[in-house]
Amino acid sequence: MSVIFSTMSRLFFVLMLVASIYMLFRGHNEPGGGFIGGLFAALAFALLALADSVAAARKALIVHPVVLIGCGLFLAFLSGLPGLFSDGSFLTHWWAELGSTHLGTATIFDIGVFMVVIGGVLALVFRFYEGVEQ
Amino acid sequence: MEFVIAFAIGVLGASGVWLILRPRTYQVVMGLALLSYGVNLFIFGMGRLRVNAPPVLPGEDAIDPAAFTDPLPQALVLTAIVISFATTALFLVVLIASRGLTGTDHVDGREGER
Amino acid sequence: MFDTLLLWPVILPLAGAALAAALHAFPAVQRQVALTTMVLTFGASLFLVDAVMEGAILTKAFGGWMPPFGIVFVADRFSAAMVVISSLLALCALVFAMGDLRQRQVRSGFYPLFLGLMIGVNGAFLTGDIFNLYVWFEVMLIATLGLITLDRTRAQIDGAIKYAVLNLFSTILFLMAVGLLYGATGTLNMADLAVVLPQTEPSAALTLTAMMFLLAFGIKAGFFPMFFWLPASYHTASIIVSAVFAGLLTKVGVYALFRVFTLLFEVDNGTLKPLIAVIAAGTMLFGVFGAAIQWDVRRILSFHIISQIGYIMLGLAVATPLALAGAVFYIIHHIVVKANLFFVAGAIHRATGSFDLRKSGGLMKASPLLAVLFAIPALSLAGIPPLSGFWAKFMVVDASFQGEAAWLAAVALFVGLLTIFSMSKIWIEAFWKEHPRAVRARPVPAVMLVPIAALGIITLAIGFNPEPLVAFSNLAAESMGDRTQLIGAFYGGEHTAGVTP
Repeated sequence: MSVIFSTMSRLFFVLMLVASIYMLFRGHNEPGGGFIGGLFAALAFALLALADSVAAARKALIVHPVVLIGCGLFLAFLSGLPGLFSDGSFLTHWWAELGSTHLGTATIFDIGVFMVVIGGVLALVFRFYEGVEQ
Repeated sequence: MEFVIAFAIGVLGASGVWLILRPRTYQVVMGLALLSYGVNLFIFGMGRLRVNAPPVLPGEDAIDPAAFTDPLPQALVLTAIVISFATTALFLVVLIASRGLTGTDHVDGREGER
Repeated sequence: MFDTLLLWPVILPLAGAALAAALHAFPAVQRQVALTTMVLTFGASLFLVDAVMEGAILTKAFGGWMPPFGIVFVADRFSAAMVVISSLLALCALVFAMGDLRQRQVRSGFYPLFLGLMIGVNGAFLTGDIFNLYVWFEVMLIATLGLITLDRTRAQIDGAIKYAVLNLFSTILFLMAVGLLYGATGTLNMADLAVVLPQTEPSAALTLTAMMFLLAFGIKAGFFPMFFWLPASYHTASIIVSAVFAGLLTKVGVYALFRVFTLLFEVDNGTLKPLIAVIAAGTMLFGVFGAAIQWDVRRILSFHIISQIGYIMLGLAVATPLALAGAVFYIIHHIVVKANLFFVAGAIHRATGSFDLRKSGGLMKASPLLAVLFAIPALSLAGIPPLSGFWAKFMVVDASFQGEAAWLAAVALFVGLLTIFSMSKIWIEAFWKEHPRAVRARPVPAVMLVPIAALGIITLAIGFNPEPLVAFSNLAAESMGDRTQLIGAFYGGEHTAGVTP
């Protein structure tokens, strides 16, 4: 792809990743959340795959997308476990107040969803782009 | 307003069904997408259409339930959108693999006789 | 402690699938994770059945949200039995996979997808919220799409397209029915619906909802005339996947239909009963007619799935307690027998190298053990005493005589005759006759024969001693139709009925 695109894509990659993390943590009381944050982040990696090559994007992701899916799902599963000990029901969330922010096991669940969405979308997108590149 | 939404759902449903019956794979995917849009609109409409009534409570003050709409159908629509996104993406992968393996985008895997 | 029992059949495969996906680069460890998870799940399901055996109905709300607003898992005898049988089947499939699975399939993600399928199946059996049922059906759909296309052959992609389009369409119908139900009643919780629906006056919306449920679950379960996706797709997948599909997927659709039409809507009103009866008869007949002309073992067995689903629907069509008990017995018997037959087909393929009956033969001499192991489920499917199929068919036919639907019994017996024809065709072609090219049969590894034998022993055990299972089915049918017990289990204290917007 063109040099301009390649150069700017690095800037946009970082910006989009920051926006995705912001979206993830915004989701508690306002529109946002793990799903949309994950889409933003996946879009960032897809941009990298478009600008440079799928191999470069895979290296930026470090792990295989399916591993991300597994880790995210496991994180979501772990976030539901504390509820079993306190209330007797899976997915009952514990909350903690740090100043004005609400954090809790629900945030961990959302991060798990974030990772699953990144992994899922990128598993498909990388496959598509590799097919196109040939 | 109900008539407009109902009409829109009807148009989406009819177009979706027509497209599903077409012989090209991309038309089938679009048909399924239109049908799912129609159903999502329908479920949203099941919460009774109202203007200027948000589903989210604005804070801890006393509230009048009549000023807000039912948030449950909107949550159902969100779930349905996410799930249909995943299934459409997977189905697209299958269709692209079919295009690669058979060389044609006909749903039967080979061109029919005209 | 008892309460969390409901969660383990879903949470354990969830954790297992997550681990198996995270260990994407280590196939050998994936197999250990999958086996451990399924053994633990099977154990948990046995505890679950033990807990509901006396008639208690267990409920568990998720996230601390109380019904009818929160999502609840419910287990009565019927659901617990379904969970046990499906976990047992999954365990047998994993043992069979130790002998039949190729490295390439494992690298394509067999274990995470398989465990994902088990999450969906167990979740669908245990949920008490009708929208949650939709979510588990979708989890199953995504997992099965991945499993069908595991080898990425042309036939598999073709089968996957047909499977996907029709099942996605049925999903859309299901979603529309759920939306309509919510709009008419204001609640999604099954027990709450059982309270609210008899109080709502009948309207076009409710009739439409019932019809759409019938259509949507009919497509998923494989009723006539909506079953054509089944023989077009089941035979393309690898044999372990076909076995699990045959045993589980259609049964989840049937289970959902039973829940909707015993708990929410009545079958006994005017038009619904003859409609379901005609559909059941058509399913039985056309399934077995379709099987009669096939030469591929898997296609024969796929058509037989359809005709046996017709028998189960016969139980719903007659709708007396005896008929429902017969249907429950039939479901349990059929899951075991059908999956066993698919495993045997896999063993035939290993021994002769082909699924086509015209190209196999001579297995009677080469492997008499396999011949016996085939005879048990085949004769059970056909309904020969003293195997489990005989008792299942007996209960269902007896119920239709007592329920004044003798014509259904006649169809059932005629279809049984044609089932014998199909089974003897497989016997003659694969076992009795000489191999057309006089090729020596390859030995079948023991790890493939063990699950076949285990399922065969279960069939024999049910056949020689049907009384415990018959009693269990009777009790399960009673708790199915008895709404008050289910509602009582939910609302120990106050009762907030459906909130209409």
